[in-house]
Formats: sequence, C-alpha cells, structure tokens
Amino acid sequence: MDLTLHVWRQKGPQDKGKLETYPAKGISSDMSFLEMLDEVNDGLIKSGQEPIAFDHDCREGICGMCSQVINGRPHGKQEGTTVCQLHMRQYNDGDEIFIEPWRAKAFPVQKDLIVDRTSLDVIMQAGGYVSCHTGGVDDANALLIPKPTADYAMDAAECIGCGACIAACPNSSAMLFTSAKVAQLAALPQGKPEARKRVLAMTQAILDEGFGNCTNHYECEAACPKGISVKFIAKLNREYLKTMMPTSTGA
Amino acid sequence: MNLFKSTVGRKILMAVTGLCLVGFISVHLIGNLSVFAGPDGINAYAEHLHALGPLVWVFRLIMLGLFAVHITFGVQLYLENRAATPDSYAVQKSLVTTFSAKTMVFTGLIILAFLLYHLLHFTVQITNPDISAHNLALDAANRLDVFTMVTKSFHNAFIVLVYIVAMVALTLHIFHGISSWVQTLGWSTGTSQDKVTAIGKLVAIAYGLAYIAIPLLLLARIVK
Repeated sequence: MDLTLHVWRQKGPQDKGKLETYPAKGISSDMSFLEMLDEVNDGLIKSGQEPIAFDHDCREGICGMCSQVINGRPHGKQEGTTVCQLHMRQYNDGDEIFIEPWRAKAFPVQKDLIVDRTSLDVIMQAGGYVSCHTGGVDDANALLIPKPTADYAMDAAECIGCGACIAACPNSSAMLFTSAKVAQLAALPQGKPEARKRVLAMTQAILDEGFGNCTNHYECEAACPKGISVKFIAKLNREYLKTMMPTSTGA
Repeated sequence: MNLFKSTVGRKILMAVTGLCLVGFISVHLIGNLSVFAGPDGINAYAEHLHALGPLVWVFRLIMLGLFAVHITFGVQLYLENRAATPDSYAVQKSLVTTFSAKTMVFTGLIILAFLLYHLLHFTVQITNPDISAHNLALDAANRLDVFTMVTKSFHNAFIVLVYIVAMVALTLHIFHGISSWVQTLGWSTGTSQDKVTAIGKLVAIAYGLAYIAIPLLLLARIVK
C-alpha cells in the first residue's frame, strides 16, 4: 500500500521543528508501524536525507520506548498496544498518517519523535521503591500475600512507563503513571512501611517536574497500551487521604 | 499546609467544596420550585429564610468561603495545567473525555458572572427596581411579594435567556463535577467507576432540566 506521512521533524531541543510530508510507497500490511518507518528511513538515507529519529528498543511491546502520537492518538489507533505492535494492516492504501512526538512541558523533544522522559525517572526516585537491607534472599512464600492482592499489584505493575498517559492527558498530568507505582507498592506488605512518605513525595515530584494536575478526564486509561485503570488514581487519592490520619504509633 | 499546595490535596478541596456547592444548589432548587405553588409557596419560603436572622449571614459567609476556595484553586489548577501543555498536537483527538470536562473553568466563570448578576437581580434588587420585591406592595399576608418579582422578571425574554444560558453552563459544570467526585475522594473502584459516572451525569441533567423549567415555564405562561 502507498501512504502519505506527515512527520514531526526537529533538529534538536532548541529547534522549532515542523511537520514534513513523506510518501511511504509499497508498504506491506504485515509490517509493524516501526518497520514501515525503517523502510521510509532507508529511502531517506539512500537519497542523502537525514532519517527520521524515533525511540525504539524491544519491539515486542514491553519496553515503552516508542513515544509516537499517531493521528492524534498515543501509540496509534489499536487499543492496548505500543507502536511496535501496531501493524500496517490497520491502515488502508492512500491513508494520510500524522506522526508526532509526546507533547508535554515535562517531555522536551530531543530530536524528531524522541522525547526526554527523565521526569518519569525523577518521580520514581522520589518514592517508587521499597527500602530493604541487602543480603540473603528471603525464602519464596515466607511472606504470604493473598492472591487478589498479588493480582491487583500485578495489574498496576504492568505499567511500562512509556508516558502515553501524559501524552493523552489534556493537562499533561502524570497521575496514572504515578498512581500505578503508588498503588502497586501500597498494596503489598513490602511497600506499606513507606506508603505515607511515598505518596507525598511522588505527587510532589509530579508538580516539581512540570506535569499538570489530574482533573478526571480519563484519557490516560483509554490511551494506555497496558490498560492501567484509573482505579489506581482513586487508590492514590485514598493513600493521600490516609496521610492526614493519625497513625497507630501516634506519628 | 500540604493540602493547599499538593496536586491531590487541591483536587480533594475542589471536590469537597464542589460537593458542598451542589448541596447548596439542591436546597436552592427545592426553594425555587415553591414558585410553582404560587405566592403562598415562595413568599412564605422567603419569609422563613429571612426569619433566620443572623444565621442568614453565617450561611452567606460559609458560601463565600466555599466559593473562594473553589474558584481560587480552580483557576490556579487551570493555569498550571495550561503551562504544562505548551504545545498542541497537529491532530488533536479526544478518546473518552467530555466537552463538559474540558470546559470546566469557562463554565465556572460563566456561573460566577451569573451569580453576581443573580444577586444584584433578586437579592440586592437593583437591576430591575420597578419589579423588585422591595418596591412592590406587600402580598395579602403582609409578606414581601417575591412571587410577583419572580414571575414578572421571567416574563422578560431577555432575563429568561440570561438564566437559561447560565443554567446550561451550570449543568455542563456539574455534569463533570457530580460524576467525578467519587473518584477524587478515592471511593471508586474499577467495577463501580462506570456506574458512578453514569449516575452523576443523569443527576446533573435532572438538576439542569429542573432549573431551566422555572424561567421557561413562567415565560411561556404555562405556570402562572
């Protein structure tokens, strides 16, 4: 099939950038979206032009690198997939496709479709961990965790930190991402000791990094390639409210 | 205090003050509907309210506080959110959000403008002095004739239009508000989410229809 691509081209962080139009001819419906871009880049290189820079790593839908908004939708039109798992059979001959990077103040564009997602790491560093002594590994199942709790934590842990939730959010809020980490750890016994400190530090980091505030649009959940539910945001709000209650130790 | 600075704290403040204001419009609506019971309905209601004396001022101060918090943080959050999204997409698509959710700050400011007009109209009574209760004869039971003031006001198509526009804005505002406070207070779960949202939207539409019915039915002389 033959397609027309409108791709965001930006030389570097300081460049203004603009959409450029490229033909993509003879694209096989079996290709993934990234393979289609590889083909286009091949052509660009052969004709002496600068190839389109885009992030990619695992190409099996689990690394969360491919930060592309395709026709206004993060990771393209197929629900629950990353760009590498989006295949060209989803498109028809003659389609026009707009490809843009994530857009948020906290995600500055580095080049073309590549954004800097360090701000998500900063949120993680603020509290997305459990402190523990190093040393011998605990026996498996020494600490019993009920199956529903384990499942709940696992659902939250599915987040791959790609940033689609922020790209889709009209406020560029990182609440779904943060809530997945807060909920996962708050549900498990290992995470409970630091639950109060964590929710306060991580939500503060959201603002410090220049993300917006959550106003319950739920665009994040709809755009998430891993189907992270906004119920985790409700859980984060509960965890925040808990910080206002006295603890049993009187703190 | 963290509550006034934190992203979640301010969201919770918006929900709690918003809920209190929904409580206010609920009571206000019941009071307003007494106009359909004729002069004995709304005039008696107005007299009972004024009989509360200093409590009226306590109530007004509480309302002022609620509005101050709700408006201050609403505008502040809006400005922060706009600053967080400096560039828009060439192709902008909404997946599930509503027009109502995207226009909260604007419908909110329309409601604020209307509130000021509404107070000047029916409380201070300076926009239409000729048909204001202060200048009208007392009713048969020696009460301020609020009924005549309201019905005569709503026989004016322009005033009715102002009220309808404002009530549409209010409906849009609470359409998002009533359907999302459960989430903000952390009470929603994955399974209850859709039901709570749907019920919230229906309740908002019911409020809107009831509020719009008052000026419209009076203008159309369906209720006299």
